[in-house]
Amino acid sequence: MANLDLARLQFAITTIYHFFFVPLTLGLSILVALMQTQYYRTGDETYKRMTKFWGKLFLINFAMGVVTGIVQEFQFGMNWSEYSRFVGDIFGAPLAVEALMAFFIESTFLGVWLFGWDRLPKRAHLASIWLVAIASNLSALWILIANSFMQEPVGYALRNGRAEMTDFLALVSNPHVLVQYPHVFFSGITTAAFFVLGISAWHLLRKSSNIEVFRRSANWATVYAVIGVVMVIMVGHTQAQHMVQAQPMKMAAAEALWDSEDPASMSLFTVGDEPGRRDVFSIRIPGLLSFLAYNRFEGEVKGINDLQAEYEETYGPGDYVPPIALNYWSFRLMVGAGFLMLFLALYGLYTAIQKKTENAPRFLRLLPFAIFLPYLANITGWLLTELGRQPWIVFGLQRVEDAVSPNVSAETVLLSLVGFTLLYGVLMVADIYLLAKFARDDSSLSPEPDSAQPAPAASF
Amino acid sequence: MDLNTLWFILIAVLFIGYFFLEGFDYGVGILLPFLGKNDEERRIVINTIGPFWDGNEVWLLTAGGAMFAAFPQMYATIFSGFYLALFLMLVTLILRGVAFEFRSKDKRPGWRSTWDWMIFLGSAVPGLLWGVALSNLARGVAIDANMHYVGTFWDLLSPYSLLSGVASLIAFTLHGALFLSLKTEGEMAERAHRTASRLWLPAVVVILVFVVASYGSTDIFQRLGVNPGIAPLGALAALLSIGYFIRERRHGWAFVASGANLALSVLTIFSGLYPRLVISNLNPEWNLTIYNASSSEYTLQVMSLVALIFVPIVLAYQSWSYWVFRKRVSRKDLEY
Ligand code: HDD
Ligand code: HEM
Ligand code: HEM
Repeated sequence: MANLDLARLQFAITTIYHFFFVPLTLGLSILVALMQTQYYRTGDETYKRMTKFWGKLFLINFAMGVVTGIVQEFQFGMNWSEYSRFVGDIFGAPLAVEALMAFFIESTFLGVWLFGWDRLPKRAHLASIWLVAIASNLSALWILIANSFMQEPVGYALRNGRAEMTDFLALVSNPHVLVQYPHVFFSGITTAAFFVLGISAWHLLRKSSNIEVFRRSANWATVYAVIGVVMVIMVGHTQAQHMVQAQPMKMAAAEALWDSEDPASMSLFTVGDEPGRRDVFSIRIPGLLSFLAYNRFEGEVKGINDLQAEYEETYGPGDYVPPIALNYWSFRLMVGAGFLMLFLALYGLYTAIQKKTENAPRFLRLLPFAIFLPYLANITGWLLTELGRQPWIVFGLQRVEDAVSPNVSAETVLLSLVGFTLLYGVLMVADIYLLAKFARDDSSLSPEPDSAQPAPAASF
Repeated sequence: MDLNTLWFILIAVLFIGYFFLEGFDYGVGILLPFLGKNDEERRIVINTIGPFWDGNEVWLLTAGGAMFAAFPQMYATIFSGFYLALFLMLVTLILRGVAFEFRSKDKRPGWRSTWDWMIFLGSAVPGLLWGVALSNLARGVAIDANMHYVGTFWDLLSPYSLLSGVASLIAFTLHGALFLSLKTEGEMAERAHRTASRLWLPAVVVILVFVVASYGSTDIFQRLGVNPGIAPLGALAALLSIGYFIRERRHGWAFVASGANLALSVLTIFSGLYPRLVISNLNPEWNLTIYNASSSEYTLQVMSLVALIFVPIVLAYQSWSYWVFRKRVSRKDLEY
């Protein structure tokens, strides 16, 4: 493989891996902060136990988010040096602001929170977890501002062979980020909700000690899940509408829509012939794609063939069609997972209102498996966003093949690719081992006897 | 002063903050397997930096982000050029970061000692590599007309740069030992004190040899002249005074002196570079400077505004967090 393909694979692996931890941090930080707020207000020990229990899982996840983020900060320079030169003027700014405004707060106050339980006044201690939650969600905003520039460049001028910033406010209020940020924010809420719900269900089934902790957690998470899923779907719909305007090719690929249609039908299931650009088999609902795009059952949605012709006219000869099958299935999986979660969340709300959640063992048994759903939607969502942008790295301005570091050999990239992949594999095992251990462990809900006795020295 | 110079200074400040702060927690990590004789002692050692290490690391991340924003060409050239070295550093930093969180979450001795060694590696390898990196920047590397590094990984590892690596490693270790002597109690603090006093002389020797070698290998001292000015002389004075303070058992001052030594050494290197960012040893015309590698004037203006607002705020709350956790760590307050 050429260094371009290896670099792409490496970016995909390291970034998806980073984003495996990110949404849980985003959503769970807020949930833990809410729990602690409730403890602060009522003095009820159960809320304190909830805070500590979920806080511990939060910390394990957070650590993985932090260390995988370090790679993100530097890999633009390592593998994408020409990209960094081309957009550094614009792209570096949100990254630096993110570090200054968000990462410093996040990391400093997480330390304050973790070590400050008995050392700070209760109010200050509560404030520290809120600062962590706010800063985490602020960091997401800045990185998505950076990402949105790649999807939809604004506030720049082409000068000196690079994109230079001309309007910081335009960059920050990019129409793309205005829809992307809420989608990611609520996907974080959804992820945390299903995480908490799945683990609580497991404990409810077992009738673990301190059942009240999990009863309440499950109720909270149910409400959280309903809010999260409903919002993520509504924003997703807006986002799709925006996409039809800003990156019509992405939508055409996500729908495997070869030729423009008016009214446009939405595909439920298509087996396509990608090189031949035609359907082998397809079930379609007439008018639905127009509805998704314009909120009415008519209106033209452009197809791949027409867009290809249009782009050739604008940008010169070339292949402007992203990988269709991947886009198509990513979109289906994300939306499918979304509606499945909507159904689960609403059913959960129904049982919670009836106060029968604990007596619905079949539903409870399903929930631990549902933890997997938001993760699936997150990954496929990013695949859609990023793959649908191909062949561009910065839409309309720079192609991926012009962005890669020219002086880094394929062997070098391969070495680091294998290295990161192995390392990430091992860490994933350790992480899941610990998460599973602490998710099951309800003994930590009573005061811990840990380390009263010095443990024997480890030998080495 | 133009904005390009301001950003050069800001990046130098970020690196100084990083070396000063993360310097001692690398030192603590390096000493961990040797000073902690049993599991509880090791937990005490780790918990001295528990609330701080992540915040300290963000100094590096911010330096990286600031470089990207203000001097994107430098960001692109260095990180694609020093690819494998950076890869090595990232891997060890990852292991170190998770190790803090993971090591005490399972009781098995094998699990714990594995992560302890990861903390060691994740502190020692970056500690060494930073010295290597800075010396390469100071001496110049193979940069071509298109600002691309055209040398290999091995070119970065000359005897001179390895010497520099050893110097930074030992300086960090000393810094860490002094930090531990301030933050632990009883026998542990005593052990840290003894370690510091044993490390001081070797540190002085290695650093002086490095300084002499630098005369031959870089143009920094020629540029600074016979009277090198306040930064290098101050660094030297600080380094020498550490020994005195250790003997007098004034650990607070010894720690301050050690920090001053690190800070002034970084300052010396940066002022020797100015106004260059990356020196080309192929052709001086191909140097990256604060002008040909910078962002546009507009970006620098925006970023200056952001930095002038937020850097003081960061300094304020980070200092506050050090104040909150100013007490010595004992077996009662172990979180990690
Ligand atoms: C939508 C959210 C989001 C996205 C798309 C990214 N990140 Fe991230 N990142 C976070 C949200 C986040 C976070 C929630 O703020 C994390 C995860 C866990 C944590 O500690 O903070 C984080 C951690 C984190 C850290 C460690 C911070 C620390 O030490 O505290 C760095 C350096 C980065 N990220 C950098 C990046 C870069 C350069 C990205 C672009 C490719 C990126 N992240 C994508
Ligand atoms: C964390 C969430 C993200 C995920 C899961 C993600 C996923 C991906 C994937 C799968 C690719 C590979 C596409 C390919 O092989 O062609 C990719 C490419 C890329 N993405 Fe993202 N991405 C994320 C966020 C970002 C952000 C925030 C940025 C910029 C700030 C970004 C910049 C890039 C770049 C530079 C490439 C390489 C060029 C390319 O192959 O298109 N990504 N990303
Ligand atoms: C069910 C209805 C949903 C719709 C219509 C929808 C729509 C979209 C669209 C159109 C994009 C691409 C945006 C772009 O490239 O400009 C996207 C991306 C994404 N989606 Fe969804 N989505 C839905 C559900 C979900 C769910 C349930 C989750 C996770 C819990 C999720 C997570 C994501 C993520 C992480 C991205 C990538 C980031 C972004 O570009 O916003 N989505 N979604």
